[in-house]
Amino acid sequence: MSKNWTRSLRDRLQQEIPMEHLLPDTLPKYVDSYVYLFGVLTLAAFVWIILSGTILAIFGPDWWHVSPVGHFFNSLHFWSIQSFFFFMILHLWAQFLMAAWRDGRHFTWIGGWLMFLVSILAGLTGYLSQNNFDAQWIAVQGKDAMNAAGIGGFFNLLNFGQMYSLHIFVLPLILILLLGGHLLLIRKHGVVEPLPPDPKSEVRQG
Amino acid sequence: MKQSNSATPDRQVYANSRFEQIPYDLVKEMTWAIVGMGALVLILAGVFSTPDVPMLTAKQVASQDPMVLVNTELSDLASTGEIAQYGPPYNHNNGSVQAIGGFAPQTWLGVTIPVNSAQDNVLNPLQRLAAINPAVSSTLSQWRTASGRTQQAWIQAVQQQLPKATIHNGRLILPQSGTNLGPVPAMVNDYLALANSGLLESAIDAHNGPAPELDRTRSLLLLQGKADHIYAGKLNMKGEQWGIIKETGNYPGAVWLWFYTLLYQIPPYSTAANADLLVVLTVLLVTAVLVFIPFIPGLRSIPRRLRVYRLIWRNYYREQEGQR
Ligand code: HEM
Repeated sequence: MSKNWTRSLRDRLQQEIPMEHLLPDTLPKYVDSYVYLFGVLTLAAFVWIILSGTILAIFGPDWWHVSPVGHFFNSLHFWSIQSFFFFMILHLWAQFLMAAWRDGRHFTWIGGWLMFLVSILAGLTGYLSQNNFDAQWIAVQGKDAMNAAGIGGFFNLLNFGQMYSLHIFVLPLILILLLGGHLLLIRKHGVVEPLPPDPKSEVRQG
Repeated sequence: MKQSNSATPDRQVYANSRFEQIPYDLVKEMTWAIVGMGALVLILAGVFSTPDVPMLTAKQVASQDPMVLVNTELSDLASTGEIAQYGPPYNHNNGSVQAIGGFAPQTWLGVTIPVNSAQDNVLNPLQRLAAINPAVSSTLSQWRTASGRTQQAWIQAVQQQLPKATIHNGRLILPQSGTNLGPVPAMVNDYLALANSGLLESAIDAHNGPAPELDRTRSLLLLQGKADHIYAGKLNMKGEQWGIIKETGNYPGAVWLWFYTLLYQIPPYSTAANADLLVVLTVLLVTAVLVFIPFIPGLRSIPRRLRVYRLIWRNYYREQEGQR
C-alpha cells in the first residue's frame, strides 16, 4: 500500500508542532522581560512595511514624488523600516545575550541572520528604487563594491527595473517565507530556557 | 533533559511544559503590538516626513557647472575617463579592477554590461540629435572619417584650452580657434545643446535594449564622477561625511550598515586601493562567524560570561535561588 502523502504531512505537523504549541495560551513563568517584545515589535513593524509598501506599489514609483498623500505613505514606509531595523537589532542582541541558539535552536538563530541579511538587501534595493538623488548617489557609490565582489555584473545597482522588481516582489517574498520558518521553529522548540544558574554564584542548582 | 514520555514514546517532552506556566494571549499581544507600532510610525511619518531631493540631471549640470559636463564629454570621447578605463563588468580595461594578489572576483564573469563611453555617452546621442538637426551630421562625419590619432590630437588641443575657456549661452568660447581643433568645438556645443534640452539621458539610454527607461546604467555612469560628487558634497553626502549610510538632510539612512561603512574610515581599509574588496571580504567573514556562533567553542560562551542574561531572567533566578 502506498503511503498517503497528505496524511503523513498532517501527522508530521501534528507531532512536530501541535496547535497548542503553535498558538499558546500559557508561557513558562521565566518569560518575564521586555526583551521578549523586541521580536514581536519587529514583526509588527514588518506588517506596516508591507501595508505601506503595498499602497506605494499600487500607485507606482512616480506617484509619491508628486502627490502629498503619496509622500505621506512614503514617510510611513520609511519610518516603518527604521523601526523594523531598530527593533530587529535589539532583538538580535537580546537573543545573543540569552544565547538563544541553545538546545536545537541554532536554525532559529541562523534563519534570523538570513532575515537580517535579506532585509539589508531589501533596504538597499529600496533606496535604489527611489528615483531621487539618494538613489542615484547610492547607485554610483555602491556599484564599485558590488563590482569588486564580482556580483555587479548581474546585480546592477544602476538598473532601476531590476532593483525595483527585486524590492517589491522577490525580496519581500523571501523574507515572508523565512519569517514563516522562523516563527514555526520558535513555536516548535518553545521559548528558550534560562541558562543554568551561574556556577560561580554561592547558590548552586541541584 | 530530553527524556521521552512513556505515553507517546516517539515524542519528546515539550521543553516549555517542564516549567511553571503563566497565562498568556498571543493573538492579543500581537494585535496590540501592530496597533502600537502603527501609532508610532504614523507619528514619526507625520512629524518628520521624508527627504526627496530630485535626481541630478545632465540638464542641471549643463546649466550649473557646464565645464564639468564638457570635461566629462571630452574624456569619455577620448576614452581616458574613469568608466572608459574601468574594466569588468563594463569593459576589458583594468583601471578600477580590485584584487588581493591574484584574487580578483571582479574579473570572473567578464564583461556583462558592455559600456563604450565614447560611443554610448557621446557619439550615439549626437547621432540621435543629427536626425533633428542635420548640421550635426556633417560634424559627426568629419569626426568619423578622421584617424584615431587625429581625433585624439583634436581633443587634446581643446582640452589644453579649457582652463581659459568660458561658456556663454550654452556655447563653448575658446581663447583660440583653429583647424587643429577639428569638429570637437562643434561637438561640445551640440552636446551642451542636447543636455540643455533635457534629452541627453534619454538619448544615451535609448540604446539599452527594449525598455531603456528601466535601465539607466549608461546615463548614470555619465554623471557618476565629478558631477555627482559636487552635488553630493553640497548635500553633505560624501563618504568622508559618512554619507553612504546617511540620507540627504539629517535623516537616518541605512544606519544598520554602520559596521560596513566604519571599515572604510579606518586603516588599512581607508588607504587601500582595493578597499571595496577588503571591506566586503571582512564583512562576509565577520558575518559568517556571527551566523555560525552556536558552533564555535569559546565564542558561543561569551553571553554566559557577559552575564546580562542574569538581568533578563532576574525574577527566575531570584525565585530559584530563594528556594534553596
Ligand atoms: C525579520 C526579522 C525578525 C522577526 C520579525 C523576528 C521575530 C521573532 C519573534 C516574534 C520571536 C519570538 C519572540 C521573541 O523572542 O522576541 C523571535 C525569536 C527568536 N529570534 Fe527572531 N525575528 C527576526 C530576526 C531575527 C534575527 C536577526 C535573529 C538573530 C540572528 C533572530 C533570532 C531569534 C531567536 C534565536 C529566537 C528564539 C528565541 C527563544 O527561543 O526564546 N531573529 N523572533
